[in-house]
Amino acid sequence: MKPAPFAYAKARSVAHAIELLVDDDARLLAGGQSLIATLNMRLSHPALLVDINGVGGLDRIASNNGHIEIGALVRHAQAERSSELARRAPLIALAMPHIGHPAIRNRGTIGGSVAFADPAAELPACVLALGGEMTIAGPQGSRIVRADDFFKGLFETALTARDVLTAIRIPAAGADTRVGFAEFARRHGDYAMVGLAACARADGQRLRDLRLAYFGVGSTPVRAHHAEQALTDRDIDAAVHALAQDLKPPDDVQASGAVKIHLAGVLLRRVARQLDQVPS
Amino acid sequence: MNARVHDIIVTVNGEETRATVDARKTLVDFLREDAALTGSHVGCEHGVCGACSVRVDGAVVRGCLMLAVQCDGARVDTIEGVTDTDEITDLQEAFIARNALQCGYCTPGMLLTAQELLAAGGVPTREQIRVHLSGNYCRCTGYQAIVDAVEAVAKARHSSQGIR
Repeated sequence: MKPAPFAYAKARSVAHAIELLVDDDARLLAGGQSLIATLNMRLSHPALLVDINGVGGLDRIASNNGHIEIGALVRHAQAERSSELARRAPLIALAMPHIGHPAIRNRGTIGGSVAFADPAAELPACVLALGGEMTIAGPQGSRIVRADDFFKGLFETALTARDVLTAIRIPAAGADTRVGFAEFARRHGDYAMVGLAACARADGQRLRDLRLAYFGVGSTPVRAHHAEQALTDRDIDAAVHALAQDLKPPDDVQASGAVKIHLAGVLLRRVARQLDQVPS
Repeated sequence: MNARVHDIIVTVNGEETRATVDARKTLVDFLREDAALTGSHVGCEHGVCGACSVRVDGAVVRGCLMLAVQCDGARVDTIEGVTDTDEITDLQEAFIARNALQCGYCTPGMLLTAQELLAAGGVPTREQIRVHLSGNYCRCTGYQAIVDAVEAVAKARHSSQGIR
């Protein structure tokens, strides 16, 4: 056995999970596709794992008041098969096949990916590009945090140690919604070297409310505000140029920062073409 | 129930199996050490290589990224089980016929993952086969023969219209 010893408890409800999380060294276990790997490598050694997989009601995809609500325990494979998401959240549907491999997607959860907040992961960037909101249950009750305020730092979010992310809410796509998604990875399903999730609304020949969210370029998903402005003005060359202002990717094992900036520009041109396409 | 050791009941290859396991024991370690089913292999132990692939309640998962205690009440199928039920006999024969294995370390995971794709029906393209198997590392045979074998079975099953 590779992990250091820990205790395990199965939460019966969200309230029960919050109660169990009172233990200082407790960690929530959802799909476990990142957490159990870190346990096996002894990069983390919690005293207690609080398993929420048996908690009912967190695995639904619902549509209400112009929003799509994705329960935190919705597994990637379930999201990938969802006709509701394909229709009303096309950016999530585009990103889904890039997340891990089939066996990972069978087990990994949407909420787990967002809560873990790996800076090279697809979903946090998608949620940021869509201007989504996180529904969080904690000891003091429930609250909602916007994606812009949720991702705080490297693997750090607005979630405290006793919070449970229960759902992700995103605006449902309308007829004028345009989305784009692209990434570079060394092997299909690996974490991206650089990736880009984008969402906008078509306004005649123009785009508005454009949001470009890069991943794999810093400690959180990163909005490219200058590039957004330039692309809104239909100047793709200026938008690519502006990325040098928006992104400061550090060198990592995958690529140098300079290479990442170059790749970010290539991805921007690809995604800009996707944004011009009327969804079928 | 907040302990380091737990009693579990798992249906392994159709057989009810009772065990007392450490909370930290992964599913693949449970299968190999407690259930003596050593067909599921331990490779990287952090979800990258796919050698430990098994089916839990019908879905292929990483045996190293799930805890045995989480499988209490679940149905687990391993390469031994799907071999005994003849579910993948054609796939195993195609792997042999096309030299889609050498050392065999990745083979159980490859077979289970390929079977999941084939069970979805239709004849996937070679690219779709490659993408579906992208989470299973082979370090000696090479993927060409593996894709050949999976493609051949997809075509054979399709032309026999589900009669195997």
